[in-house]
Amino acid sequence: MKTVCFYFQVHQPLRLKKYRFFSIGKDHNYLDEPLNRSIVNGIATRCYLPMNNLFLELINAHKGALKISFSISGIAIEQFKMYAPQVLDSFKALAKTGCVEFLAETYSHSLSSLINTEEFTSDVKRHCDLIEQEFGQKPISFRNTELIYSDSIGEEIAKMGFKSVIAEGAKHILGWKSPNYVYASAKSQKLRLLLRNYKLSDDISFRFSNREWSEWPLTADVYANWITSETTPGEVINLFMNYEAFGEHHSVDTGIFEFMKALMNNLAVCDSIKLLTVSEAAAQNKPVAVLHSPHAMSWTDEERDITAWLGNELQSEAFSKLYKLNDSVKSLNDETFNYKWRLMQSSDHFFYMATKWLSDGNVHSYFNPYDSAYEAFIIYMNVLSDFELELNKAIENKNNKTIE
Amino acid sequence: MKVLMFGWEFPPHIAGGLGTACYGLTRGLAKNDVEVIFTVPKAYGDEDQRFTHIVNASDVELSVCGELSTSIEEREFWDKMTFIHIDSNMVPYISPEEFEVEQNEYKSRVERNEIEYGDSDVWKERYSFSGKYGANLMEEVARYAIIGAQVAKENEGKFDVIHAHDWLTYYAGIAAKRVSGKPLVVHMHATEYDRSGENVNQVVYDIERSGMAAADKVIAVSNLTRKIVIEKYNIHPDKVVTVHNAVRFADGGKVFESRGITDKIVTFLGRITYQKGPDYFVEAAAKVLQKVPNVHFVMAGSGDLFTHVVKRVAKLGIADRFHFTGFLKGDEVHRMFDMSDVYVMPSVSEPFGISPLEAMKSNVPVIISKQSGVAEVLEYALKVDYWDVDAMADAIYGLIEYPALSKMFSDKGLKEVTNLKWDKAAKEVKDVYESVIK
Repeated sequence: MKTVCFYFQVHQPLRLKKYRFFSIGKDHNYLDEPLNRSIVNGIATRCYLPMNNLFLELINAHKGALKISFSISGIAIEQFKMYAPQVLDSFKALAKTGCVEFLAETYSHSLSSLINTEEFTSDVKRHCDLIEQEFGQKPISFRNTELIYSDSIGEEIAKMGFKSVIAEGAKHILGWKSPNYVYASAKSQKLRLLLRNYKLSDDISFRFSNREWSEWPLTADVYANWITSETTPGEVINLFMNYEAFGEHHSVDTGIFEFMKALMNNLAVCDSIKLLTVSEAAAQNKPVAVLHSPHAMSWTDEERDITAWLGNELQSEAFSKLYKLNDSVKSLNDETFNYKWRLMQSSDHFFYMATKWLSDGNVHSYFNPYDSAYEAFIIYMNVLSDFELELNKAIENKNNKTIE
Repeated sequence: MKVLMFGWEFPPHIAGGLGTACYGLTRGLAKNDVEVIFTVPKAYGDEDQRFTHIVNASDVELSVCGELSTSIEEREFWDKMTFIHIDSNMVPYISPEEFEVEQNEYKSRVERNEIEYGDSDVWKERYSFSGKYGANLMEEVARYAIIGAQVAKENEGKFDVIHAHDWLTYYAGIAAKRVSGKPLVVHMHATEYDRSGENVNQVVYDIERSGMAAADKVIAVSNLTRKIVIEKYNIHPDKVVTVHNAVRFADGGKVFESRGITDKIVTFLGRITYQKGPDYFVEAAAKVLQKVPNVHFVMAGSGDLFTHVVKRVAKLGIADRFHFTGFLKGDEVHRMFDMSDVYVMPSVSEPFGISPLEAMKSNVPVIISKQSGVAEVLEYALKVDYWDVDAMADAIYGLIEYPALSKMFSDKGLKEVTNLKWDKAAKEVKDVYESVIK
């Protein structure tokens, strides 16, 4: 009997407005609220709401035979509360079915695991609290931003008490090994690893609507057959994807919703398949080997590394200047500053500064609000400068008060 | 005395320093009793009436300069001006190669419906004829020459001397001279060497040279430019006269809102191109920041070295203290000067350089490169070699750390710049006219 584990990532960053030099020291509202609102509302209508409804119907119909997992970043949940509360309600309805697991991740969808363990740990803790508060579940499995994982990160995750973690089934880590088994993390071997089957995952999330693809048009029967047949050996097939693939990357008229409905119906009644959550899949299958990942890997780009966020000098500079402020933010410990500090950490800001695709500064990405990587960098640094000035002022005021 | 002048921009439709200089100069000439027929290519209007139409200045420009035109002095100035607009898509300050690129870019943007013909931006307006006359800049220059001859013919007997500003208008000036037999003065605001370094565009160079050869006198905006004219273009020294530019004080300066940053602000304002020396500014900034961490540097402008400079700033790790504003227009420029504590112009090659004077008008002490024409007329400016980033960093440090120094430079500098009047420069230009009118 094979286990199939569906996991969906839900995240939307708080995008910065075109914050100019002239605003530094004067304007402390950094967000492009109309843009963030319209993006969240748009995706809610096209993706989150119809897809959640579909899953709710399916789960109710199959009475425990259909289980899925989500992780929703804290910043995305915040925006649902502000702009689209009905989305949060529909996730809560899914949580109530008992067939949906919500994983822990960083609250701010940050890259803090790569630079500051303390910040990383507290950001994850904040996210766990939020998930428990909203969905009544205490997360026991973990998913790092963009599936960034290394042996050391695994160690930190284990220290926080998580039982399992999901990661990319990257070729350069697996070598001849198959992603379709449970593995043990190298430094903390009690921590179980579920690895994404990127071929089968990307068939749905990337290639489904591509008419150039040799398998187009893909039907649920064909796809289910790939999973159940001998061509896909192994114990656990991990299908991890961005939730926005449904209705957003593949629009409704590509038939993606009908495909998912048929596929789920097919797998839920299939005798040789179990549909489990991440934690169940990890618990019910024994690790077959220890997997070493000395360097950080991710699920992004052909390289499956971290160069999409920290690959050029603009990104390194912005990243190091941001975390240079860590001690000041911590010493002030003011909720307004903590909040801004968190939203500045979202990996998306660094992604917008990438120059690795095509020509310099030509950023290809959904919902990217900038014309070029340079513009993204300049705006980010302007905001960071204002944040630093305000932070220093606030610290000075606090110190003066203490002296009085 | 009457002069037929060929320019290519005039307020309010200006894209750079030349229009400002022409404006100041013609005002100064008016005060010196010289009447000007100003011919300017203009990019909008219907191309089928491509021939010249003579527009009285009071009809067109008075509406624009409405609030200025009430005084008697203003009216006297405009009475001495006659405008001739010529439809053309010439653009100053760019090379033929750049012209082609911009031209294509504009055309494709129009095709994609991103912008419409006759968008209010001056630069775009100037392109709005593109595709109809051919995108080749040299064709435009030749066409302007034909029209120049026509203008000279139609205004026969109405002028005593012809004055052409920069290379795009030189053929027009030569043509007008041939038709009318009147003497020609050409004005070198910039040479091809200033624009392109040693990689000169031979066609542009040839036009500059033939313009100067055909002229009865050449006016250079600085001794630096005069030297280039003599040495690189082989023009006889007796024929070349230096007349330094001046600066005009606009009435009633705007008061801007208070600045948000209390830390010192050091500004570079200009195109981010090789000849403006942006790299040296960045290196000097890094040196200053090692000593004084709370200084903010601003680079205002755009240009082909933009991405290079952004990367360098990131590499040096000073991006939290070094800001980019992009291209600033109109009031934003004054607002930028208003916010600045030090202005730096590190030009590798600058025939004159009007922007430090604008900064000084806003009470900002300036650091200028010795390789700029304006260095010849300023006493209260710190002068450094453009390549000497240590000296530049020293100067910046001094002006931000020692209030007495910066106060002296801003006070004395304001006084100094106030005395750089166009009336005086125009008098010198009038002397040049007199020397060529037989």
